[in-house]
Amino acid sequence: MSLFANVVARDLRLALRQRGDAVMVVLFFVLAAMLFPFAVGPEPNLLARLAAGVIWVTALLAVLLSLERLFLADFEDGSLELLVLAPGPLSLTVLAKVLAHWLTTGLPLIAAAPLIALLYNMDVSALPVLALAMLLGTPSLSLTGAVGAALTLGARRGGVLVPLLVLPLYIPVLIFGVAAIDATLAGLSARPHLLFLAAIFLVMLVVAPLAAAAALRQAVE
Amino acid sequence: MNMHRFANPGRFVRLAERILPWSGALAVLALAAGLYLSLFVSPADYQQGDSVRIMYVHVPAAWMALFVYTVIAAASASALIWRHPLADLVARASAPVGAGFTFLALATGSLWGKPMWGTWWVWDARLTSVLVLFFLYLGHMALSNAFDDQSRGNRAAAVLALVGFVNVPIIKFSVDWWSTLHQPASVMRLDGPTIHPSMLWPLLVMAVGFKLYYVSIMLLRVKSEVMAARLRARSMAAVEAT
Amino acid sequence: MSLFSGRDLVCVRGDRRVFAGLAFDLPPGGAVLLSGPNGSGKSSLLRLMAGLLRPAGGDLIWDGAPIAADPEAHRARLRYVGHLNAIKPVLTAAENVAFWARHAGAGEADVGRALAGFALTPLAHVAGRLLSSGQRRRVALARLLAAPGEVWLLDEPSVGLDQASLAHLSTAIAMHRAAGGRVAVATHTPIDMPGAQTLALADFADSVPLTVGSDW
Repeated sequence: MSLFANVVARDLRLALRQRGDAVMVVLFFVLAAMLFPFAVGPEPNLLARLAAGVIWVTALLAVLLSLERLFLADFEDGSLELLVLAPGPLSLTVLAKVLAHWLTTGLPLIAAAPLIALLYNMDVSALPVLALAMLLGTPSLSLTGAVGAALTLGARRGGVLVPLLVLPLYIPVLIFGVAAIDATLAGLSARPHLLFLAAIFLVMLVVAPLAAAAALRQAVE
Repeated sequence: MNMHRFANPGRFVRLAERILPWSGALAVLALAAGLYLSLFVSPADYQQGDSVRIMYVHVPAAWMALFVYTVIAAASASALIWRHPLADLVARASAPVGAGFTFLALATGSLWGKPMWGTWWVWDARLTSVLVLFFLYLGHMALSNAFDDQSRGNRAAAVLALVGFVNVPIIKFSVDWWSTLHQPASVMRLDGPTIHPSMLWPLLVMAVGFKLYYVSIMLLRVKSEVMAARLRARSMAAVEAT
Repeated sequence: MSLFSGRDLVCVRGDRRVFAGLAFDLPPGGAVLLSGPNGSGKSSLLRLMAGLLRPAGGDLIWDGAPIAADPEAHRARLRYVGHLNAIKPVLTAAENVAFWARHAGAGEADVGRALAGFALTPLAHVAGRLLSSGQRRRVALARLLAAPGEVWLLDEPSVGLDQASLAHLSTAIAMHRAAGGRVAVATHTPIDMPGAQTLALADFADSVPLTVGSDW
């Protein structure tokens, strides 16, 4: 079995045996989205207008919440040293861990998003684009988050630091993710927005594993 | 032995001591001349009146915000690739200065916005980008100070600076995109290159003054970091001698 | 015969130079015992040998070529057991060992034998979180047997081990060396390794702090 598949399989197995973690993220996503109607009022048109933004912002925060478990456990129990010492490029190991993270975080969020869309009275015709935008956008969130999570390993206030490092970098995904849905609802093409989400994903696919690998090497030094 | 680890800082301090009086004096001169030109010599705008004079601080500050971030990214790259200790110090010394310029750009932008737009803050594309840049600076500074081992903090911050540098154009582009979606392209238009020479000159003099100020402060801060490292080494020597 | 050696190694941690001018030679079948008080740099030297730490000076050489030229090949031949056991609490002992065996590219063929080598067979299907600290240490050591590697770097391998397990460790090391493997061990408790050379790190302690007397 290749190095990559081995890490993905292990992380998925760990996530399966600690199902609570992944469930918590989705629960947070739904719960946080549920708060907005209490804050702005239950007026259906207003909620429909807010839906895309609320879904994306709460998804960002939910991913943020899950970033800690990406590397912290491996760092604390010594696995990280061994992963760094394994033959093969470390960036590939990072990519494997990011994939496992996305499968256990991004994918459940995508599955839960239509529920919130319906609660917010969002037009059903936008649901496919919502799913597609999240499919293209959430991997970038995991990738960028991996850099933040790796950089803060061993830091004094790691948990508080990650949002400060990562959230500014999430802004482009948020902008295009929401714009894709808004465009669909306005009867325009979502294509350009989706293409930008794909472009951001490709850039981060190159940059993030390299940067996170460098950060992990620093963390075990 | 890793030679530049020992050789360069001493030479750098001597070099800095030679440059500092000049760059400092020139910075004061340029800033004084720039302020005089922009406050008294340059004309008031036919639409904006005297409030256009905020531009002479606002625009150079915004330029410097980007310039310093570029310097940090370049220094970070050389720190990571060649492990040059001075590069770490340059990045570390620059970050708060850059954050200061960014804050100045935001504050003056807001002050300028009040008479122009009737409100302190507008989600204008430029202001929003600068706001994000400000948070990138804050993240960089927080990360570089988050570790007990300073050198780990420096290296982590260097990686962050490079990732941020790749992302700055993406953020800038997406914010521009977002802003054209949400409001008609309007608000702040500094009629670009057609700006009148009577306004261009004060602007350039101020920009030179800002740059010299940055160079002086950066040299001073790097010098004091080197001094602090010497001091730590001395006290370490005293501990180990006992 | 290939030789794993270090020349004139310098290790810097923070603002302190831990050791300098350190050299070692590790021929096939060889063993080196790192001794010295806490803080003398035993763990740092092992991490340096593993490539986790970059030396501030000096060279690590494998068969005449610097290791820095091909770190990947070096990583492929090392097995490192650090302070921490790298055991996942929700995986069983066998699953933990099997993961690292696969990760070293060895497959799972030797996992059973590796567990047996440290008398862990009855515990193979017990979850990591239920193991005692000595048992966890044995699981960490079993990784060494599950995926053959030429160089063993062991950081305090005997912590928490009882007499019987210590004997297992000695046997494992002896068999490894007999097959041409080499081992570097940092330890406070004596481990039976005939013919091992001892490297006293205190001899290379460097009290001259980093920057004084230099051009800083």
